[in-house]
Amino acid sequence: MGTPANRPEEAPYSRKIIVRYSAEIVDKPIVYRLVKDFDLAFNILKARIFPRREGLLVLDLVGTKENFDRGIQYLKESGVFVEPLSKRVSRNMDRCVHCGACVAFCSTDALSLDRSTMQVHFDPEKCSGCEICVTACPARAMEINLL
Amino acid sequence: MKPCKVTKTYREINEKIRRRKAVVVTAEEIIDIVDRHGEEEAARRVDVVTTGTFSPMCSSGAFLNFGHSSPRIKASRVWLNDVPAYGGIAAVDCYIGATEVVEGDPLNSVYPGEFNYGGGHVIEDLVSGNVIRLRAEGYGTDCYPSKRLERNITLKDLPDAMLFNPRNAYQNYNVAVNLSDKTIYTYMGVLRPRMANANYSTSGQLSPLFNDPYYETIGIGTAIFLGGTRGYVAWPGTQHNPNVPRTAKGIPREGAGTIAVIGNLKEMDPRWLVGASILGYGVSLYVGIGVPIPVLNERMARHAAVRDEDIVMNVFDYGMDVPSGNPKSLGEVTFKDLRSGAVTLNGRKIPSAPLSSYFKAQEIAALLKERIEKGEFFLGEPQWTLPSVAPDKKGP
Repeated sequence: MGTPANRPEEAPYSRKIIVRYSAEIVDKPIVYRLVKDFDLAFNILKARIFPRREGLLVLDLVGTKENFDRGIQYLKESGVFVEPLSKRVSRNMDRCVHCGACVAFCSTDALSLDRSTMQVHFDPEKCSGCEICVTACPARAMEINLL
Repeated sequence: MKPCKVTKTYREINEKIRRRKAVVVTAEEIIDIVDRHGEEEAARRVDVVTTGTFSPMCSSGAFLNFGHSSPRIKASRVWLNDVPAYGGIAAVDCYIGATEVVEGDPLNSVYPGEFNYGGGHVIEDLVSGNVIRLRAEGYGTDCYPSKRLERNITLKDLPDAMLFNPRNAYQNYNVAVNLSDKTIYTYMGVLRPRMANANYSTSGQLSPLFNDPYYETIGIGTAIFLGGTRGYVAWPGTQHNPNVPRTAKGIPREGAGTIAVIGNLKEMDPRWLVGASILGYGVSLYVGIGVPIPVLNERMARHAAVRDEDIVMNVFDYGMDVPSGNPKSLGEVTFKDLRSGAVTLNGRKIPSAPLSSYFKAQEIAALLKERIEKGEFFLGEPQWTLPSVAPDKKGP
Protein backbone atom coordinates (compact mmCIF):
# COMPACT_ATOMS: atom_id res chain seq x y z
CA MET A 1 0.00 0.00 0.00
CA GLY A 2 1.35 3.36 -0.92
CA THR A 3 0.34 5.13 2.25
CA PRO A 4 2.65 7.75 3.70
CA ALA A 5 3.12 5.54 6.76
CA ASN A 6 4.64 2.78 4.66
CA ARG A 7 6.64 5.03 2.40
CA PRO A 8 7.52 8.10 4.42
CA GLU A 9 10.16 9.14 1.89
CA GLU A 10 7.44 9.53 -0.75
CA ALA A 11 4.92 11.95 0.68
CA PRO A 12 2.02 12.49 -1.77
CA TYR A 13 2.81 15.24 -4.21
CA SER A 14 -0.24 17.03 -5.54
CA ARG A 15 -0.42 19.69 -8.23
CA LYS A 16 -3.20 21.11 -10.34
CA ILE A 17 -2.38 21.62 -14.00
CA ILE A 18 -4.07 22.97 -17.11
CA VAL A 19 -3.59 20.90 -20.25
CA ARG A 20 -4.45 22.27 -23.70
CA TYR A 21 -4.18 20.21 -26.82
CA SER A 22 -4.81 20.58 -30.51
CA ALA A 23 -7.35 18.80 -32.70
CA GLU A 24 -4.71 16.37 -34.04
CA ILE A 25 -4.13 14.69 -30.69
CA VAL A 26 -7.50 15.17 -29.07
CA ASP A 27 -8.26 11.46 -29.46
CA LYS A 28 -5.00 10.23 -27.87
CA PRO A 29 -5.38 8.53 -24.45
CA ILE A 30 -3.09 10.98 -22.67
CA VAL A 31 -4.55 10.73 -19.18
CA TYR A 32 -4.59 6.94 -19.39
CA ARG A 33 -0.82 6.96 -19.97
CA LEU A 34 -0.30 9.22 -16.93
CA VAL A 35 -1.96 6.57 -14.79
CA LYS A 36 -0.49 3.51 -16.46
CA ASP A 37 3.11 4.64 -17.01
CA PHE A 38 3.64 7.14 -14.22
CA ASP A 39 1.38 5.86 -11.43
CA LEU A 40 -0.33 9.24 -11.11
CA ALA A 41 -3.83 9.46 -9.66
CA PHE A 42 -5.95 12.09 -11.39
CA ASN A 43 -9.05 14.06 -10.72
CA ILE A 44 -10.60 15.89 -13.67
CA LEU A 45 -11.69 19.30 -12.44
CA LYS A 46 -12.74 20.58 -15.85
CA ALA A 47 -12.82 19.17 -19.37
CA ARG A 48 -13.96 20.79 -22.61
CA ILE A 49 -13.70 20.14 -26.32
CA PHE A 50 -14.15 23.32 -28.33
CA PRO A 51 -15.97 23.55 -31.72
CA ARG A 52 -12.73 23.20 -33.69
CA ARG A 53 -11.91 20.10 -31.65
CA GLU A 54 -9.16 21.64 -29.49
CA GLY A 55 -9.35 20.40 -25.93
CA LEU A 56 -8.82 21.77 -22.44
CA LEU A 57 -8.39 19.75 -19.28
CA VAL A 58 -7.85 20.89 -15.71
CA LEU A 59 -6.35 18.03 -13.72
CA ASP A 60 -5.37 17.45 -10.14
CA LEU A 61 -2.48 14.98 -10.26
CA VAL A 62 -1.32 13.08 -7.20
CA GLY A 63 1.74 10.86 -7.05
CA THR A 64 5.40 11.12 -6.23
CA LYS A 65 7.39 14.19 -7.19
CA GLU A 66 9.58 12.10 -9.49
CA ASN A 67 6.66 10.50 -11.31
CA PHE A 68 4.90 13.85 -11.55
CA ASP A 69 7.92 15.43 -13.22
CA ARG A 70 8.25 12.49 -15.62
CA GLY A 71 4.55 12.67 -16.38
CA ILE A 72 4.76 16.36 -17.19
CA GLN A 73 7.77 15.66 -19.39
CA TYR A 74 5.71 13.01 -21.22
CA LEU A 75 2.85 15.49 -21.74
CA LYS A 76 5.16 18.10 -23.18
CA GLU A 77 6.75 15.56 -25.51
CA SER A 78 3.30 14.51 -26.67
CA GLY A 79 2.79 18.00 -28.02
CA VAL A 80 0.28 19.28 -25.47
CA PHE A 81 0.58 22.60 -23.73
CA VAL A 82 0.89 22.29 -19.91
CA GLU A 83 0.68 25.05 -17.32
CA PRO A 84 0.31 25.00 -13.56
CA LEU A 85 -2.94 26.01 -11.90
CA SER A 86 -2.41 25.41 -8.23
CA LYS A 87 -1.38 28.09 -5.78
CA ARG A 88 1.05 28.00 -2.94
CA VAL A 89 1.31 30.13 0.16
CA SER A 90 4.69 31.66 0.85
CA ARG A 91 6.15 34.17 3.24
CA ASN A 92 7.56 37.52 2.24
CA MET A 93 10.48 37.81 4.64
CA ASP A 94 10.71 41.56 4.06
CA ARG A 95 7.23 42.02 5.55
CA CYS A 96 7.32 39.49 8.41
CA VAL A 97 7.91 41.23 11.74
CA HIS A 98 7.99 37.95 13.70
CA CYS A 99 5.13 39.04 15.94
CA GLY A 100 3.70 35.51 16.12
CA ALA A 101 0.02 36.42 15.72
CA CYS A 102 -0.20 33.70 13.03
CA VAL A 103 0.44 30.96 15.58
CA ALA A 104 -3.07 31.54 16.91
CA PHE A 105 -4.86 30.72 13.66
CA CYS A 106 -2.57 28.41 11.68
CA SER A 107 -4.34 25.08 12.15
CA THR A 108 -1.55 22.84 10.79
CA ASP A 109 1.37 24.44 12.68
CA ALA A 110 2.99 25.36 9.36
CA LEU A 111 3.53 28.71 11.04
CA SER A 112 5.23 28.36 14.39
CA LEU A 113 7.16 30.49 16.82
CA ASP A 114 10.60 29.21 17.79
CA ARG A 115 10.51 29.97 21.50
CA SER A 116 14.29 30.13 21.82
CA THR A 117 14.91 32.71 19.05
CA MET A 118 11.35 34.13 19.18
CA GLN A 119 11.31 34.10 15.37
CA VAL A 120 8.41 32.86 13.28
CA HIS A 121 9.08 29.84 11.07
CA PHE A 122 7.07 28.81 8.04
CA ASP A 123 7.14 25.20 6.94
CA PRO A 124 5.51 24.98 3.47
CA GLU A 125 5.39 21.17 3.77
CA LYS A 126 2.91 21.46 6.64
CA CYS A 127 0.83 24.16 4.91
CA SER A 128 -2.63 22.96 3.88
CA GLY A 129 -3.18 26.05 1.74
CA CYS A 130 -6.22 27.24 3.71
CA GLU A 131 -4.99 30.79 3.12
CA ILE A 132 -6.33 32.15 6.44
CA CYS A 133 -2.91 33.66 7.12
CA VAL A 134 -3.06 35.68 3.90
CA THR A 135 -5.64 38.02 5.42
CA ALA A 136 -5.05 37.35 9.12
CA CYS A 137 -1.33 38.23 9.21
CA PRO A 138 -1.35 41.87 10.38
CA ALA A 139 1.83 42.72 8.49
CA ARG A 140 0.50 41.00 5.33
CA ALA A 141 3.63 38.88 5.06
CA MET A 142 1.86 35.78 3.72
CA GLU A 143 1.27 35.67 -0.02
CA ILE A 144 -0.29 33.38 -2.58
CA ASN A 145 1.96 32.38 -5.46
CA LEU A 146 0.80 30.63 -8.58
CA LEU A 147 2.87 27.53 -9.12
CA MET B 1 12.24 53.58 50.56
CA LYS B 2 15.70 53.13 52.09
CA PRO B 3 18.43 55.58 51.13
CA CYS B 4 20.58 54.21 48.31
CA LYS B 5 24.28 53.37 48.62
CA VAL B 6 25.00 53.97 44.95
CA THR B 7 24.01 57.32 43.48
CA LYS B 8 24.75 58.43 39.95
CA THR B 9 23.45 61.41 38.03
CA TYR B 10 22.28 61.71 34.44
CA ARG B 11 25.15 64.12 33.84
CA GLU B 12 27.73 61.61 35.10
CA ILE B 13 26.33 58.85 32.91
CA ASN B 14 26.16 61.14 29.86
CA GLU B 15 29.78 62.13 30.46
CA LYS B 16 30.71 58.42 30.45
CA ILE B 17 28.73 57.95 27.21
CA ARG B 18 30.63 60.89 25.70
CA ARG B 19 33.93 59.22 26.63
CA ARG B 20 32.56 55.88 25.37
CA LYS B 21 33.12 54.44 28.82
CA ALA B 22 29.49 53.81 29.69
CA VAL B 23 28.55 50.22 30.52
CA VAL B 24 25.32 49.43 28.70
CA VAL B 25 23.42 46.14 28.87
CA THR B 26 20.00 45.04 27.68
CA ALA B 27 17.06 44.34 29.98
CA GLU B 28 17.72 40.62 29.41
CA GLU B 29 21.43 40.86 30.26
CA ILE B 30 20.93 42.81 33.49
CA ILE B 31 19.00 39.89 35.00
CA ASP B 32 22.11 37.67 35.18
CA ILE B 33 24.31 40.52 36.38
CA VAL B 34 22.03 41.29 39.32
CA ASP B 35 21.71 37.57 40.03
CA ARG B 36 25.46 37.09 40.11
CA HIS B 37 26.69 40.28 41.75
CA GLY B 38 23.71 41.61 43.64
CA GLU B 39 21.84 44.84 42.91
CA GLU B 40 24.34 47.15 44.61
CA GLU B 41 27.35 45.86 42.69
CA ALA B 42 25.25 45.76 39.49
CA ALA B 43 24.39 49.43 40.03
CA ARG B 44 28.10 50.25 40.38
CA ARG B 45 29.03 48.35 37.23
CA VAL B 46 26.15 49.12 34.87
CA ASP B 47 25.16 52.62 33.75
CA VAL B 48 22.26 52.04 31.36
CA VAL B 49 19.80 49.21 30.71
CA THR B 50 18.14 49.22 27.30
CA THR B 51 14.58 48.00 26.73
CA GLY B 52 12.45 47.43 23.65
CA THR B 53 8.95 46.77 22.40
CA PHE B 54 7.45 46.32 18.94
CA SER B 55 3.72 45.95 18.68
CA PRO B 56 0.63 47.36 16.98
CA MET B 57 -0.05 50.59 18.89
CA CYS B 58 -3.35 52.09 17.77
CA SER B 59 -2.99 55.41 19.53
CA SER B 60 -0.38 56.63 17.04
CA GLY B 61 -0.25 59.12 14.20
CA ALA B 62 1.67 61.93 12.60
CA PHE B 63 1.33 65.68 12.26
CA LEU B 64 2.23 66.72 8.72
CA ASN B 65 2.70 70.15 7.23
CA PHE B 66 2.52 70.03 3.43
CA GLY B 67 3.45 73.62 2.62
CA HIS B 68 1.46 76.40 1.00
CA SER B 69 0.21 76.22 -2.57
CA SER B 70 -0.45 79.14 -4.89
CA PRO B 71 -3.12 80.25 -4.75
CA ARG B 72 -3.29 79.36 -1.08
CA ILE B 73 -5.75 76.92 0.45
CA LYS B 74 -7.06 76.45 3.97
CA ALA B 75 -7.21 72.68 3.74
CA SER B 76 -10.05 71.74 6.04
CA ARG B 77 -10.53 68.26 4.60
CA VAL B 78 -7.45 66.24 3.72
CA TRP B 79 -6.84 62.78 2.25
CA LEU B 80 -3.54 60.92 1.87
CA ASN B 81 -3.82 58.02 -0.62
CA ASP B 82 -7.58 58.38 -0.01
CA VAL B 83 -7.17 57.90 3.74
CA PRO B 84 -8.84 60.83 5.53
CA ALA B 85 -6.51 62.94 7.68
CA TYR B 86 -7.73 65.45 10.26
CA GLY B 87 -7.59 68.95 8.76
CA GLY B 88 -9.18 70.93 11.56
CA ILE B 89 -5.90 72.65 12.45
CA ALA B 90 -4.02 75.41 10.61
CA ALA B 91 -4.21 75.85 6.84
CA VAL B 92 -1.75 73.22 5.64
CA ASP B 93 -1.31 71.12 8.77
CA CYS B 94 -3.03 67.79 9.26
CA TYR B 95 -2.91 64.73 11.50
CA ILE B 96 -2.96 61.27 9.99
CA GLY B 97 -4.13 58.74 12.56
CA ALA B 98 -2.92 55.14 12.49
CA THR B 99 -6.39 53.56 12.62
CA GLU B 100 -8.09 55.66 9.92
CA VAL B 101 -9.32 53.32 7.17
CA VAL B 102 -9.05 54.15 3.47
CA GLU B 103 -12.21 55.71 2.03
CA GLY B 104 -14.46 53.21 0.27
CA ASP B 105 -13.19 50.24 2.26
CA PRO B 106 -16.00 47.68 2.69
CA LEU B 107 -15.09 47.62 6.42
CA ASN B 108 -16.89 44.75 8.15
CA SER B 109 -19.75 44.58 5.63
CA VAL B 110 -17.88 41.59 4.24
CA TYR B 111 -17.12 39.99 7.59
CA PRO B 112 -14.40 39.78 8.78
CA GLY B 113 -13.10 42.86 6.99
CA GLU B 114 -9.58 42.70 5.61
CA PHE B 115 -8.66 46.38 6.17
CA ASN B 116 -5.82 46.32 3.70
CA TYR B 117 -4.92 50.01 3.82
CA GLY B 118 -5.18 52.88 6.25
CA GLY B 119 -3.37 55.52 8.24
CA GLY B 120 -0.74 53.12 9.57
CA HIS B 121 0.12 52.17 6.00
CA VAL B 122 0.28 55.82 4.92
CA ILE B 123 2.85 56.40 7.68
CA GLU B 124 4.82 53.32 6.60
CA ASP B 125 4.66 54.50 2.95
CA LEU B 126 5.87 57.96 3.99
CA VAL B 127 8.90 56.67 5.87
CA SER B 128 9.61 54.27 2.99
CA GLY B 129 9.91 57.30 0.69
CA ASN B 130 6.92 56.23 -1.41
CA VAL B 131 4.83 58.76 -3.35
CA ILE B 132 1.55 59.67 -1.63
CA ARG B 133 -1.42 61.31 -3.35
CA LEU B 134 -2.42 64.36 -1.32
CA ARG B 135 -5.93 65.67 -1.83
CA ALA B 136 -7.37 68.63 0.07
CA GLU B 137 -10.53 70.72 0.08
CA GLY B 138 -11.15 74.16 1.57
CA TYR B 139 -14.23 76.34 1.69
CA GLY B 140 -12.43 79.43 0.40
CA THR B 141 -11.65 82.60 2.33
CA ASP B 142 -10.28 86.02 1.40
CA CYS B 143 -6.84 84.94 2.55
CA TYR B 144 -7.12 81.31 1.35
CA PRO B 145 -9.11 81.50 -1.90
CA SER B 146 -8.33 78.04 -3.33
CA LYS B 147 -10.88 75.30 -2.75
CA ARG B 148 -9.13 72.25 -4.12
CA LEU B 149 -5.60 70.89 -4.09
CA GLU B 150 -4.28 67.66 -5.51
CA ARG B 151 -0.62 66.77 -5.71
CA ASN B 152 1.88 63.95 -5.23
CA ILE B 153 4.08 64.23 -2.17
CA THR B 154 6.88 62.28 -0.56
CA LEU B 155 8.16 62.66 2.99
CA LYS B 156 11.14 64.62 1.67
CA ASP B 157 8.82 67.26 0.12
CA LEU B 158 7.08 67.99 3.41
CA PRO B 159 8.40 70.99 5.35
CA ASP B 160 7.66 69.19 8.63
CA ALA B 161 6.51 65.78 9.76
CA MET B 162 6.39 64.60 13.34
CA LEU B 163 5.22 61.32 14.74
CA PHE B 164 3.11 62.04 17.79
CA ASN B 165 1.56 59.06 19.53
CA PRO B 166 -0.74 59.91 22.43
CA ARG B 167 -0.57 56.46 24.03
CA ASN B 168 2.17 53.88 23.46
CA ALA B 169 4.04 51.19 25.35
CA TYR B 170 1.28 50.21 27.78
CA GLN B 171 2.98 48.93 30.92
CA ASN B 172 0.82 45.80 31.17
CA TYR B 173 -2.06 44.57 29.07
CA ASN B 174 -4.92 42.08 29.03
CA VAL B 175 -4.52 38.54 27.82
CA ALA B 176 -7.46 37.86 25.50
CA VAL B 177 -9.50 34.66 25.22
CA ASN B 178 -12.90 33.92 23.71
CA LEU B 179 -15.45 32.00 25.78
CA SER B 180 -18.17 32.21 23.13
CA ASP B 181 -18.80 29.44 20.62
CA LYS B 182 -17.76 31.27 17.46
CA THR B 183 -14.45 32.66 16.23
CA ILE B 184 -14.12 36.39 16.87
CA TYR B 185 -11.83 38.95 15.26
CA THR B 186 -10.52 41.53 17.71
CA TYR B 187 -7.74 44.06 18.18
CA MET B 188 -6.13 41.23 20.14
CA GLY B 189 -6.13 39.10 17.00
CA VAL B 190 -8.14 36.06 15.96
CA LEU B 191 -9.67 34.37 19.01
CA ARG B 192 -10.96 30.89 18.44
CA PRO B 193 -14.06 29.72 20.31
CA ARG B 194 -14.21 28.06 23.73
CA MET B 195 -10.86 29.44 24.86
CA ALA B 196 -8.88 27.65 22.14
CA ASN B 197 -6.14 30.30 22.22
CA ALA B 198 -4.92 33.11 24.46
CA ASN B 199 -3.42 36.20 22.81
CA TYR B 200 -1.14 38.71 24.51
CA SER B 201 0.77 41.81 23.54
CA THR B 202 3.87 42.76 25.50
CA SER B 203 7.59 42.14 25.41
CA GLY B 204 7.65 41.24 29.11
CA GLN B 205 11.05 41.60 30.76
CA LEU B 206 12.20 43.70 27.77
CA SER B 207 9.22 46.06 27.89
CA PRO B 208 10.17 49.65 28.80
CA LEU B 209 7.77 50.40 31.66
CA PHE B 210 8.18 47.00 33.36
CA ASN B 211 11.83 47.96 33.88
CA ASP B 212 10.96 51.15 35.75
CA PRO B 213 7.64 50.25 37.31
CA TYR B 214 7.27 53.49 39.33
CA TYR B 215 8.49 55.75 36.46
CA GLU B 216 11.42 57.07 38.50
CA THR B 217 13.51 57.81 35.40
CA ILE B 218 10.82 58.21 32.74
CA GLY B 219 9.09 61.53 32.13
CA ILE B 220 8.90 64.56 29.90
CA GLY B 221 12.14 64.81 27.97
CA THR B 222 13.29 61.21 28.38
CA ALA B 223 15.15 60.41 25.15
CA ILE B 224 13.96 57.15 23.58
CA PHE B 225 14.40 55.01 20.49
CA LEU B 226 11.30 55.75 18.41
CA GLY B 227 10.73 54.34 14.94
CA GLY B 228 14.48 53.99 14.42
CA THR B 229 15.57 57.43 15.54
CA ARG B 230 15.86 59.46 18.70
CA GLY B 231 12.47 60.54 20.00
CA TYR B 232 11.16 61.76 23.32
CA VAL B 233 8.58 61.04 25.94
CA ALA B 234 6.31 64.08 25.57
CA TRP B 235 3.81 63.51 28.36
CA PRO B 236 2.15 60.71 30.30
CA GLY B 237 0.18 58.75 27.73
CA THR B 238 -3.62 58.87 27.71
CA GLN B 239 -5.16 56.47 30.24
CA HIS B 240 -1.91 56.57 32.28
CA ASN B 241 -2.92 55.31 35.71
CA PRO B 242 -0.27 54.41 38.27
CA ASN B 243 -2.78 53.50 40.97
CA VAL B 244 -3.53 49.89 40.14
CA PRO B 245 -2.96 46.69 42.10
CA ARG B 246 0.72 45.73 42.05
CA THR B 247 2.83 42.70 42.96
CA ALA B 248 5.21 42.76 45.94
CA LYS B 249 7.96 43.84 43.51
CA GLY B 250 5.86 46.76 42.31
CA ILE B 251 4.84 45.29 38.94
CA PRO B 252 1.33 46.41 37.97
CA ARG B 253 -1.13 43.56 37.53
CA GLU B 254 -3.08 45.50 34.90
CA GLY B 255 -2.74 48.36 32.37
CA ALA B 256 -1.18 51.16 34.51
CA GLY B 257 1.49 53.37 32.91
CA THR B 258 1.61 54.66 29.33
CA ILE B 259 3.71 57.23 27.49
CA ALA B 260 2.95 59.84 24.83
CA VAL B 261 5.90 59.99 22.46
CA ILE B 262 7.15 62.36 19.79
CA GLY B 263 9.88 62.30 17.16
CA ASN B 264 10.92 63.49 13.73
CA LEU B 265 9.17 61.27 11.18
CA LYS B 266 11.71 62.26 8.54
CA GLU B 267 14.44 60.40 10.43
CA MET B 268 12.39 57.24 10.93
CA ASP B 269 12.74 53.89 9.25
CA PRO B 270 10.09 51.49 7.86
CA ARG B 271 11.81 48.67 9.77
CA TRP B 272 10.34 50.14 12.94
CA LEU B 273 7.05 51.59 11.69
CA VAL B 274 4.96 48.99 9.90
CA GLY B 275 1.32 49.30 8.83
CA ALA B 276 -0.90 46.62 10.35
CA SER B 277 -4.15 45.16 8.99
CA ILE B 278 -6.02 43.45 11.78
CA LEU B 279 -8.65 41.08 10.40
CA GLY B 280 -12.18 42.10 11.35
CA TYR B 281 -10.94 45.01 13.47
CA GLY B 282 -9.18 47.64 11.39
CA VAL B 283 -5.81 49.13 10.62
CA SER B 284 -3.06 50.07 13.03
CA LEU B 285 0.66 50.74 13.16
CA TYR B 286 3.42 48.55 14.54
CA VAL B 287 5.67 50.92 16.48
CA GLY B 288 9.18 50.13 17.66
CA ILE B 289 10.12 51.82 20.96
CA GLY B 290 13.09 51.44 23.25
CA VAL B 291 13.62 53.34 26.48
CA PRO B 292 17.08 53.52 28.08
CA ILE B 293 16.83 53.09 31.84
CA PRO B 294 19.67 54.87 33.68
CA VAL B 295 20.93 52.80 36.60
CA LEU B 296 21.08 55.74 38.99
CA ASN B 297 21.12 53.53 42.07
CA GLU B 298 20.64 49.94 43.27
CA ARG B 299 16.89 50.44 43.26
CA MET B 300 16.92 50.96 39.48
CA ALA B 301 19.20 47.93 39.06
CA ARG B 302 16.70 45.86 40.98
CA HIS B 303 13.75 47.14 38.96
CA ALA B 304 15.53 46.67 35.63
CA ALA B 305 16.29 43.07 36.58
CA VAL B 306 12.59 42.23 36.30
CA ARG B 307 12.09 38.84 34.70
CA ASP B 308 9.30 37.12 32.81
CA GLU B 309 8.17 35.08 35.82
CA ASP B 310 7.69 38.28 37.87
CA ILE B 311 5.18 39.61 35.36
CA VAL B 312 1.58 38.61 35.85
CA MET B 313 -1.18 39.40 33.41
CA ASN B 314 -4.94 39.05 33.72
CA VAL B 315 -7.00 37.03 31.27
CA PHE B 316 -10.24 38.50 29.95
CA ASP B 317 -13.08 37.17 27.81
CA TYR B 318 -13.35 39.12 24.57
CA GLY B 319 -16.34 37.04 23.48
CA MET B 320 -18.71 38.68 25.93
CA ASP B 321 -17.26 40.46 29.00
CA VAL B 322 -14.90 42.98 27.40
CA PRO B 323 -17.16 44.11 24.49
CA SER B 324 -20.15 44.57 26.83
CA GLY B 325 -18.06 46.74 29.13
CA ASN B 326 -17.98 44.38 32.12
CA PRO B 327 -14.49 42.95 32.03
CA LYS B 328 -13.96 40.36 34.78
CA SER B 329 -10.60 38.71 35.17
CA LEU B 330 -10.73 34.98 34.50
CA GLY B 331 -7.41 34.52 36.28
CA GLU B 332 -3.76 35.49 36.25
CA VAL B 333 -0.99 33.99 34.16
CA THR B 334 2.72 34.80 34.07
CA PHE B 335 4.50 36.22 31.07
CA LYS B 336 6.95 33.34 31.33
CA ASP B 337 4.17 30.88 30.60
CA LEU B 338 2.72 33.07 27.84
CA ARG B 339 6.10 33.21 26.12
CA SER B 340 6.60 29.45 26.48
CA GLY B 341 3.60 28.88 24.18
CA ALA B 342 0.91 27.73 26.58
CA VAL B 343 -0.79 28.88 29.77
CA THR B 344 -2.84 26.96 32.28
CA LEU B 345 -6.12 28.59 33.24
CA ASN B 346 -8.61 26.88 35.56
CA GLY B 347 -6.80 23.61 35.00
CA ARG B 348 -6.92 23.90 31.20
CA LYS B 349 -3.87 24.25 29.00
CA ILE B 350 -4.37 26.93 26.36
CA PRO B 351 -1.93 27.73 23.53
CA SER B 352 -0.76 31.34 23.66
CA ALA B 353 0.16 33.64 20.78
CA PRO B 354 1.67 37.13 20.81
CA LEU B 355 0.82 40.22 18.78
CA SER B 356 3.97 41.89 19.97
CA SER B 357 7.26 40.85 18.36
CA TYR B 358 9.71 39.77 21.05
CA PHE B 359 12.30 39.25 18.32
CA LYS B 360 12.05 42.88 17.19
CA ALA B 361 12.02 44.05 20.82
CA GLN B 362 15.37 42.27 21.28
CA GLU B 363 16.69 43.94 18.14
CA ILE B 364 15.65 47.37 19.43
CA ALA B 365 17.25 46.83 22.85
CA ALA B 366 20.47 45.67 21.14
CA LEU B 367 20.46 48.57 18.67
CA LEU B 368 19.88 51.16 21.38
CA LYS B 369 22.67 49.58 23.44
CA GLU B 370 25.02 49.85 20.46
CA ARG B 371 24.12 53.50 19.84
CA ILE B 372 24.74 54.45 23.46
CA GLU B 373 28.02 52.51 23.57
CA LYS B 374 29.20 54.31 20.43
CA GLY B 375 28.42 57.67 21.99
CA GLU B 376 25.65 58.39 19.46
CA PHE B 377 22.74 58.41 21.87
CA PHE B 378 22.61 60.32 25.16
CA LEU B 379 20.20 60.15 28.04
CA GLY B 380 17.58 62.86 28.26
CA GLU B 381 16.99 63.89 31.85
CA PRO B 382 13.25 64.17 32.42
CA GLN B 383 12.00 67.63 33.39
CA TRP B 384 9.24 65.95 35.31
CA THR B 385 8.70 62.22 35.80
CA LEU B 386 5.39 60.55 35.02
CA PRO B 387 2.76 60.60 37.76
CA SER B 388 3.43 57.66 40.09
CA VAL B 389 1.99 56.20 43.27
CA ALA B 390 2.40 58.09 46.56
CA PRO B 391 5.95 57.61 47.96
CA ASP B 392 4.70 55.61 50.96
CA LYS B 393 2.88 53.22 48.58
CA LYS B 394 6.03 52.42 46.61
CA GLY B 395 7.48 48.99 47.15
CA PRO B 396 11.03 48.31 48.33
